[in-house]
Amino acid sequence: MDIIEVQNEIVEEFSLFEDWMQRYEYMIELGKSIDLIDSSKKIDTNLIKGCQSKLWLHAELREDKLIFKADSEAIITKGIAAILLRVFSNQTPKNILEANLEFIDKIGLKEHLSPTRANGLLSMIKQIKYYALAFNKN
Amino acid sequence: MAFDVNKIREDFPILKRKVNGCPLVYLDNAATSQKPRKVIDSIVDYYENYNSNIHRGVHSISQEATDAYEEARKKIQKHFNVKESKEIILTSGTTHSINLVANGFTSLLNKEDEILISELEHHSNIVPWQMMCEKNGAKIKVIPLTSNGELNYDSFLGLLSNKTKLVFVNHVSNALGTINPIKSIISKAHEYGAAVLIDGAQASSHIKADLQDLNVDFYTTSAHKLCGPTGIGMLFGKKEWLTKMPPYQGGGEMISEVTFEKTTYADLPHKFEAGTPNIAGAIGFGASLDYLNSIGFENIEAYESELLNYATNKLKNIPELKIYGEAKDKTSVISFNVGELHSYDIGTILDKFGIAVRTGQHCAQPVMDYFGISGTVRASFSFYNTKQEIDYFCKSLERAITMLS
Repeated sequence: MDIIEVQNEIVEEFSLFEDWMQRYEYMIELGKSIDLIDSSKKIDTNLIKGCQSKLWLHAELREDKLIFKADSEAIITKGIAAILLRVFSNQTPKNILEANLEFIDKIGLKEHLSPTRANGLLSMIKQIKYYALAFNKN
Repeated sequence: MAFDVNKIREDFPILKRKVNGCPLVYLDNAATSQKPRKVIDSIVDYYENYNSNIHRGVHSISQEATDAYEEARKKIQKHFNVKESKEIILTSGTTHSINLVANGFTSLLNKEDEILISELEHHSNIVPWQMMCEKNGAKIKVIPLTSNGELNYDSFLGLLSNKTKLVFVNHVSNALGTINPIKSIISKAHEYGAAVLIDGAQASSHIKADLQDLNVDFYTTSAHKLCGPTGIGMLFGKKEWLTKMPPYQGGGEMISEVTFEKTTYADLPHKFEAGTPNIAGAIGFGASLDYLNSIGFENIEAYESELLNYATNKLKNIPELKIYGEAKDKTSVISFNVGELHSYDIGTILDKFGIAVRTGQHCAQPVMDYFGISGTVRASFSFYNTKQEIDYFCKSLERAITMLS
């Protein structure tokens, strides 16, 4: 699936929920099944800044695609990371760089996008884009 | 006056608002307090009716503004039972006050000297001293904590010596709510000739400190912690100390005579009040003290301690909930964690229920390190909170735990 298809799929899943509680419960579930970063990669250089709980993110290139892995001490942050990983992991750097992020608004997580929020969502997205930039051949 | 919380709540416009569709339950009072109508009105009244720069203005509204500003200083003097109003310096708040004293002591200390700081301190009470010590070589000694979050008084006595020149302790810990035995700390420190600075930021909304009775050398607080505006606070300093200390910032208001060869400084308190001050803030600060005194600190203390006991007992019934800081004497602050759950997660879900609490390290990393934790959830109660709110908070907390587990 390309990035837009994954995003649409997530938007559809979230549209089934009636209130914030169901959305958060689902996010927490997603957090539990995140593609976990190897414990040896849980080092300070992989920490995302601007987050009240520790959040680690790492990427490696497998063939032409970037594979992201993450973990966080906080389960909600982990859930948000899991959603981002679902969208961006296993995609080419070029596609990651071109992707827009409207889906975050559509699934009701826009409040987490403010730079003053202490969950690091914005910093996480920035870091994903940096990785893509670094691995982009064009 | 009989204490009627529902009537008091009417004084606070913000308590009527909703957050995320739920009535606001504000339990972040240790971070900042809400403002009653009287304080808000006093600020609006200043800007609408007599906004003007103070001191030395010959026109009428400048005189009115000057009078109101100096009246605020007198209210602070009276509230804290300070001998002379010139011993009250109006600052932008506690952090500013501490930096002012640290700057003043830079030239008064040398590398033979020691200062004592408690492990309970807020970052703002640690960093200025480290900066001072880099300049004059004085050494920082740390008064350790005990496991229930109190200062280790015996260690404090052991650290005191003739080398001790300054002792810095908060009156109440912001992270745990512990009330420190400052009166005996002050008198012990004085036996060794050391000056004492007490950070009253967390105490002032709960305890009316009598500074002459305490015989403290310096005491500071921020107005926004006691229903006043942000950006204004006070530093009390004994006249002898304030006279000895050099000015902190240069500028208008703080000078007496200026030539390019030499400037002579103004008398106290203006020597430490460079530039146009926060006039509206000072007026609001005065109004907030009037308001709190009209309720009465004995009423506030009694009601808040009732809320603290009520909340503590309810929270202790929640499985795996651990409270940090159970000092015998504490203000209405509860710092806690639940099992392995992260404070950020709990705070996020509580916010969805309209409940404002603080999460994280509370600017007191050494305290968190002592307990070996990365942070806590901190609920802090004020006299305008109710038992119903605590019930709702506990119920919402249990729902959050279920969601997060």
